[in-house]
Amino acid sequence: MTSRVLNLVLKRLGIAAVTLLIVLFAVFFATSMLPGDTASILLGQAATPEAVAGLREAMHLNDPAILRFLLWLVGLLHGDLGNSYANEMPVAALIGGRLVNTMKLAGITTLLSVPLALTLGITAAMLRGSVYDRTVTILSIGVISVPEFMVATLAVLLFAVYLKWLPALSSVNEAHSMTDLVRIYAMPVITLTFVISAQMIRMTRAAVIETLSTPYVEMALLKGASRSRMVLRHALPNALGPIVNAVALSLSYLVGGVIIVETIFNYPGIAKLMVDAVATRDLPLIQSCAMIFCFGYLFLITAADIVAIMSNPRLR
Amino acid sequence: MTMARAATLRRSFLGYSYSLVGVVAALVILAWTLVAILAPYVLPHSIGDIVDDDYFGPMRQGLWLGSDYLGRDMLSRVLMGARYTVGISLAAVSIACFSGVMLGMIAAVTGGWLDTCLSRFLDAMNSIPSKLFGLVVVAAVGSSIPVLILTLAVIYIPGAYRFARALAVNINTMDFMTVARVRGESTFYLIGSEILPNIIRPVLADFGLRFVFIVLLLSGLSFLGLGLQPPLADWGALVRENIGGLPFAAPAVIVPSLAIASLTISVNLLIDNLPQKIRDRDT
Repeated sequence: MTSRVLNLVLKRLGIAAVTLLIVLFAVFFATSMLPGDTASILLGQAATPEAVAGLREAMHLNDPAILRFLLWLVGLLHGDLGNSYANEMPVAALIGGRLVNTMKLAGITTLLSVPLALTLGITAAMLRGSVYDRTVTILSIGVISVPEFMVATLAVLLFAVYLKWLPALSSVNEAHSMTDLVRIYAMPVITLTFVISAQMIRMTRAAVIETLSTPYVEMALLKGASRSRMVLRHALPNALGPIVNAVALSLSYLVGGVIIVETIFNYPGIAKLMVDAVATRDLPLIQSCAMIFCFGYLFLITAADIVAIMSNPRLR
Repeated sequence: MTMARAATLRRSFLGYSYSLVGVVAALVILAWTLVAILAPYVLPHSIGDIVDDDYFGPMRQGLWLGSDYLGRDMLSRVLMGARYTVGISLAAVSIACFSGVMLGMIAAVTGGWLDTCLSRFLDAMNSIPSKLFGLVVVAAVGSSIPVLILTLAVIYIPGAYRFARALAVNINTMDFMTVARVRGESTFYLIGSEILPNIIRPVLADFGLRFVFIVLLLSGLSFLGLGLQPPLADWGALVRENIGGLPFAAPAVIVPSLAIASLTISVNLLIDNLPQKIRDRDT
């Protein structure tokens, strides 16, 4: 890696760090804007004014917002996420197990959707204009154009209502055997795989088609290279950067998808925790969950950009 | 896209040629727009009236789309839902595109620190996942219709800004811009009379795409119960309240989903099938 690439990558990482700070700031202030006094909401209607004032003092609510933000940030660096308003438990303890569940869901989906989408995307680009390509394109546009919950509802209708292969709801607590495990993860994973793959297929197809229309690929065609050799030897190595970029960008759609999928299938992950926290207005919990999601999202789009920089042969 | 080639039948009108898919898509969009405007006058039943003894009733004469989880007429509720889904999304996308495009053009023409600050800030805004942003705002200020419109607009301003700025930067390097600057024209004139007419067509296509994103996000939020609150119901909320009918494949849960899909897919297909002249970025 030359110093020029290193420079660009470091610069990109610096931008990501600044962005993360701005995002944390935005999340903190959006949640601090809540109308109504947090202390009096917590203590209920029977609270005496003295009790409310005491709690406000204890929660640092009288301090200026910027100070509270800094305190929160320092707490974060120490791994202290604060306590949940709703049940007084440390947020870290609430999130821990849930985060593992969500990571499992995201991991399985990635393992399934990446090979599937790459195969479909690359073959569709190779057979551009064929019936196969058109079918893949129309289906992926269809999936992208509808909300995630509709993909989920259709999957439930097909697999649980008509075919009766799978249960409509999932609950990790009841897994005793391999078949249980498959039945639990199947519906959420199928739904997410559809959503993520559709994005990935479109981007991969576009990346490969762009490479296929370059002069050196035309040269390979003219010198009589076979179609598969042209794609595998000449086009794909150069399309690798854009493809990995597309994969990372598509995976960032997991963040939005997981929120809907965990809610509809009642999956005990961190997104479900956050949606429930929004319903009960549990601010520390919302802040921490939002922060984790923003971090994951930022990580994926930064990774996508860095791959794009590193794979650009002009910078080597 | 390849979709243009799928429809071989082309017709000519006003000097442009239209594909059949594009025409059908435009008709679907027109139909939903009419429904959104006329809904209150053509409802077969009042949306709150319980007209069926059974809940999740099937489609039959008089109740063309069956009944919902309380036995209310589904057709009326879907027609009224169009009003909220189309209306809120249209308002939000108008604000988002107007502000984004204005800021983008100003940044491109002015340049300097204003451009740098604005671009950095809006890029950072873009790094917040849209659903998450919606969730956090709803948690903070609740979900009335004006709040929803503004939230959706704010979420999509950075995208519109980025798109318009990229286009405007290209125009900004043209000779006629230098000439206008030398003439001593104001920034307002440069934006309105020199840049905007040259980027308006791709900006309109972008408007359509962003409309789809907003419809999807609004439906998603309503589906989570964080969008429009009862007794009002947009299409996402209709799916949510009738999700109990899913195990028996009730029309009450399928029809609103299909309504969303028909609208968003039509807009996507229309944009994909716009005549090249309108769609192209480099005009």
